Amino acid sequence: MFLWNLIKQDRGGQVLLALLALAIIIVPILNSLPSDHPLHIPTYMVAVMGKYLTLALLALSVDLVWGYLGILTLGHGAFFALGGYVMGMYLMRQIGDRGVYGHPELPDFMVFLNWDSLPWYWMGLDQFWFAAIMIVLVPGALAYVFGALAFRSRVSGVYLSIITQALTFALMLAFFRNEMGFGGNNGLTDFKDLLGFNLQARETRVGLFVASAIALALGYLLCRAVTQSRLGKVCVAVRDAESRSRFMGYRVENVKLWVFTLSAMIAGVAGALYVPQVGIINPNEFSPLNSIEIVVWVAVGGRATLYGAVAGAIFINYAKTWFTTELPDVWLFALGAIFILVTVLMPKGIVGLLRRKESNT
Amino acid sequence: MSQASLLNEIKDKNRVFSFMQTQASPVLNVDKQILLYLEGLSVSFDGFKAINDLNLYIRDGELRCIIGPNGAGKTTMMDIITGKTKPDTGSAWFGQTINLLELDEPAIAQAGIGRKFQKPTVFESLSVYDNLVLAMPDERKVFSLLFAKLNGEQKDRIDEVITLIGLKENHAMRAGSLSHGQKQWLEIGMLLMQKPRLLLVDEPVAGMTHQEMDRTAELLVSLSGSHSVVVVEHDMDFVRQLAGKDRTVTVLHQGSVLAEGSMDQVQNNRKVVEVYLGE
Ligand SMILES: Nc1ncnc2c1ncn2[C@@H]1O[C@H](COP(=O)(O)OP(=O)(O)OP(=O)(O)O)[C@@H](O)[C@H]1O
Ligand SMILES: [Mg+2]
Repeated sequence: MFLWNLIKQDRGGQVLLALLALAIIIVPILNSLPSDHPLHIPTYMVAVMGKYLTLALLALSVDLVWGYLGILTLGHGAFFALGGYVMGMYLMRQIGDRGVYGHPELPDFMVFLNWDSLPWYWMGLDQFWFAAIMIVLVPGALAYVFGALAFRSRVSGVYLSIITQALTFALMLAFFRNEMGFGGNNGLTDFKDLLGFNLQARETRVGLFVASAIALALGYLLCRAVTQSRLGKVCVAVRDAESRSRFMGYRVENVKLWVFTLSAMIAGVAGALYVPQVGIINPNEFSPLNSIEIVVWVAVGGRATLYGAVAGAIFINYAKTWFTTELPDVWLFALGAIFILVTVLMPKGIVGLLRRKESNT
Repeated sequence: MSQASLLNEIKDKNRVFSFMQTQASPVLNVDKQILLYLEGLSVSFDGFKAINDLNLYIRDGELRCIIGPNGAGKTTMMDIITGKTKPDTGSAWFGQTINLLELDEPAIAQAGIGRKFQKPTVFESLSVYDNLVLAMPDERKVFSLLFAKLNGEQKDRIDEVITLIGLKENHAMRAGSLSHGQKQWLEIGMLLMQKPRLLLVDEPVAGMTHQEMDRTAELLVSLSGSHSVVVVEHDMDFVRQLAGKDRTVTVLHQGSVLAEGSMDQVQNNRKVVEVYLGE
């Protein structure tokens, strides 16, 4: 009942959730068809689609802070990557003695570095429940500390965007270093299994796809619950007239801080689901360009609608996959062109275009 | 805080750390019948003295009009009272107990000072109704906002205000698409929802028709008594209407008080005439 109230007046959200439910049922069936069947979906495609869904969840988290709160974050890739690294560490610990060096506990790269014991921050990550907590806690804690510093000192606008870029850039440099204990520039890879399921197995891939679809649906409902609450209205008020909301007695910095932290946690979950499906996490995920790209997805899809962010993320990433296989050199130009066309011709994104069509007819 | 005392705090585990406590302002006290004290205030921007040794007292329940030429410092004075600008010298007290200079904007608003801006500012992409909901003083903490629901009493209050400001038919409209005059009304409505003890109203009738002006004057007069109201306005007809025979009018000039008295006294004051004609 509560859930239905959330999306009762939200056509886009209804469509999105219906499509996700459909995908959860149809994709496993089509994947299990014989491979010469015309409707068969190969397993690698399932993994690619699962990856898109995690990126859509990431876009959702950016829309929550950029669309509704007006914080143009250019560092959300960092929270995504941190969630991914936590998952990567869990997956590394699952390898056990099956690594190249056969060490019972240490991941290969640590043996290679002549380390003789696990660093303290790798402790406990062989337990899934602990990793699951850290997946939201680590990005959330970083966002909280960052936000407490930035929002209390009232950094906003372009300056804030630049610091978020600096944040993800600094993390990238740190994670590139071997002595940090995160595998340096090779990152973490060669994963074997997750919760005992072989990551190469068809069933596991389908399972991860379904988990991503469920996570996206839940993430959507959570963001929707926040934006529909009075807190969500305060967010919009802060976005539109920050000082006015202060003079009304709202502690703007606390509103920003908590919503930003929540958003970082969602991004962390997205990263954690992304890593087992692509099979690797390395410091390039922290690249400042990645974070800018997420904002482009949201802008293309349509800001402050939530489902627009999902549409934008899937559309752009599908285009990216197509271009990078067919016309690899053209992709960055194409992305730039899409971004410019959208901002000039359809400031409300793809979603805005659909809405206009709807109201015309 | 010294290191030793911080250490003591940390050792006592049942203690809420002082740096975690939200600053709670003391209870308002107006035993001396004065709601607002501004004494010896000065503030300069890049060497230019926008406020210069300003002294002003507002009685509890009083309706005070403040006039003055452009750049006299009227808006800057409101900025100081509401915590937006910190003065270089002087003091500002709300009643006898609340030192406004120690509080920030949200704390001052929560202490009971509401403000209407010179340029009407409403939350443009929210509906008229939601603008009023947000102005209600009841919920301000992040987590209670997440679960906040309107109760019957609150709905009644919103209905009352929305009718008073004549926007009942427009309740679902985006505030951004209201006319300038309607935005002014909405902002006044938001002030009413906030139930402040002191209302600071900066140029409320700009862009209003004569009928609307009359209604605004009526409303502001009816608010005085239970609230203190400070009105800054350029429109002399409106000020005359508000001040009547016996309310006090203050003339600001170059950041300090040039004259104070009834409308008639002020208008016949030689210095005031000079300032206004010499402009
Ligand atoms: N933040 C600021 N930085 C620099 N100068 C400022 C600032 N705020 C105000 N001033 C200057 O201080 C002076 C007083 O401005 P203020 O807005 O208080 O005047 P006012 O009496 O409200 O005038 P008006 O009737 O035009 O609204 C003006 O000369 C203005 O330019
Ligand atoms: Mg002014």
